[in-house]
Amino acid sequence: MLFQVVVLLLALSIGYALFSNTQANLERQSIATGFGFLQNEAGFEIGEPAIDYSAADSYGRALLVGALNTLKVSFVGIVFTLLLGTIVGIARLSHNWLVSRLSGVFIEVMQNIPILLQLFFWYALFYEAFPSPRQALNPLQGVFLCNRGLIFGVPAEHPAHSAMLIALLLGMLGWWLLVRRGHKIQDRTGRILPMHRIGMVLSLLLPLLVWLFAGAPTAMDIPSLQGFNFAGGVTVSPEFSALLIGLVLYTSAFVAEIVRAGIQSVSRGQVEAAMSIGLRPGQVLRLVILPQALRVIIPPLTSQMLNLTKNSSLAIAIGYSDFVSVANTTINQTGQAIEGVALIMLVYLFFSLSTSVFMNWYNKKMMLVER
Amino acid sequence: MRFTKMMALVAAITLLSSGLAFAGKDLDTVRKKGFIQAGVNGAVFGFGMPDAKGVWKGLDVDTARAIAAAIFGDASKVKFTPLTAQQRFTALQSGEIDLLTRNATRTLSRETQLGLNFVTVNYYDGQGFLVSKKLGVKSAKELDGATVCVLPGTTTEQNAADYFRSNNMKWKPVVIENTTELAKTFFAGRCDVLTSDASQLAGTRAVAPNPKEYAILPEIISKEPLAPAVRHGDDQFMDIVDFSVLAMINAEELGITSQNVDSMLKSKDPVIQRFLGVTAGNGKALGLDEKWAYNIIKQVGNYGEVFERNVGVNTTLGIERGLNALWTDGGLMYSPPFK
Repeated sequence: MLFQVVVLLLALSIGYALFSNTQANLERQSIATGFGFLQNEAGFEIGEPAIDYSAADSYGRALLVGALNTLKVSFVGIVFTLLLGTIVGIARLSHNWLVSRLSGVFIEVMQNIPILLQLFFWYALFYEAFPSPRQALNPLQGVFLCNRGLIFGVPAEHPAHSAMLIALLLGMLGWWLLVRRGHKIQDRTGRILPMHRIGMVLSLLLPLLVWLFAGAPTAMDIPSLQGFNFAGGVTVSPEFSALLIGLVLYTSAFVAEIVRAGIQSVSRGQVEAAMSIGLRPGQVLRLVILPQALRVIIPPLTSQMLNLTKNSSLAIAIGYSDFVSVANTTINQTGQAIEGVALIMLVYLFFSLSTSVFMNWYNKKMMLVER
Repeated sequence: MRFTKMMALVAAITLLSSGLAFAGKDLDTVRKKGFIQAGVNGAVFGFGMPDAKGVWKGLDVDTARAIAAAIFGDASKVKFTPLTAQQRFTALQSGEIDLLTRNATRTLSRETQLGLNFVTVNYYDGQGFLVSKKLGVKSAKELDGATVCVLPGTTTEQNAADYFRSNNMKWKPVVIENTTELAKTFFAGRCDVLTSDASQLAGTRAVAPNPKEYAILPEIISKEPLAPAVRHGDDQFMDIVDFSVLAMINAEELGITSQNVDSMLKSKDPVIQRFLGVTAGNGKALGLDEKWAYNIIKQVGNYGEVFERNVGVNTTLGIERGLNALWTDGGLMYSPPFK
């Protein structure tokens, strides 16, 4: 006990010494300190802000834009990584020689090329291989592909859209309730009801009804070439795409191996037993293998998700304005490196901890399934 | 990797021992280790870039060499650290480098908030726009809606934001930290425009796959006085850096070159005698050898020589003296008296 108190005091005093020493040194070099700069005008533009932003906004808002950009690429990246990783992982175990070898090659190649090189490759592919906006490829009506990115038309803004979103959420809530009800009925009577199908129809039908009710607005916001670039529609920039593709391919190779290991950890006897009581292969996977495999898969999967988030800071190399990029520019303009780096650490710590908390919760939930 | 580097810099700032007194320390440190660690660009032709043999070349590089010649009497006593625009000031603040000669614009906030001292300007520049001739753009006012390649963390980035804002034009920046990578992206057509200091644009165009396809627009939208910088806290070191730059300008005013400097030692002109240390005084005042200015001119050359060698009309860049001519020729280069 005494020893612990001494160690704690020692740690605190070292921390204090570092802090006051830094303060003194900064003052001596007359470098500005404090977080007051967050209110000052940033004065630099950001390429693809997720929220409204202009150079007249504050550093605080610029940093928020950067954090949201990091969040955007990480979230979308994690979703695609999980999908692709699972598919490749299962394909690796396929009895089909070609499928299993192909996914093997994919895993080896992606795991063994540094992620930074992959990013450069995908980015270069975008700006070297695609034509300029004036010669943009037009594979589909309203869809354009050029070195400014993928530009496509979206339905023009209409008040019905938010109502449709609410309807969709309600439908999905209904789906979830139906499935729960279905499980209860199955437990009581043994009867299996097609609740998933009903739920899916419900979640599609509700927004559709709202749309029809609102007069079926069909106006589209189609991009058109104006001056240098396309105006209107939605643009997915080469920077974002290259970063996303690079992160997803790289991380999904690791996820695939985790999924494969997880599935192989379920003993052969379990599968044979499941087959012998007459479950179909899909049911064996869903009811027997996955619940047991997930317990093995989730902890290393969490660390891959964190890796993807952290690797997204390589965005700076290919010009995607993520948090580190915006923070670096801020540091450069204000000279407040310590505050800036502290913010970078805080933001990544926040992302990592919230991912961990969520995944730990999910892990616990999965453990309870074990009987 | 970048991130670790930033962390290391911050740690370095944090750990600088509080016992150290700062006055005079930078010069002492430099003298003790026997060379100057200078932060340079590393990727801009004519200003700071290693040549095919790995020898550093450029106006900023020669400026750093001149300072080494003044302090050590040997222009080779300098080591170069290539820095990106975003890293440069932190590197100087943290003590990773002693001197920054990396085409940095002197501004009020950099002098004050960043804790830096800029000295005499060694290149007067201004920001311009480089475009592909295929676009048919004749003026920067026609750039509404353009995608613009720009280095992050530069005054250029802020000037571009100001310019487009004040002219009520929309634009999209593409910011890539590495100068070479940025140029490659521009030449591949990712951006309509590359904006930077006009001198850098000339350097970038010189290395383009097809230089004739690109044009620099007539508008110069900013003032960019590029100057060497040191940290706050060592006035003597700052004076030495300042007067080393001025010595090159003064030598050009006096007609002293690396070729004729030895014969100039025999000059009867008291101004030249004082400048070259034949009459003692200047060296002692700066805390240097009396031969300091002689060493700069002998080993590196006067400002005109350095300019012509690195960026002048006979180089690939082919830049006219313009604002960087001596004041007697209509430029801004002017040296106070050396007495």
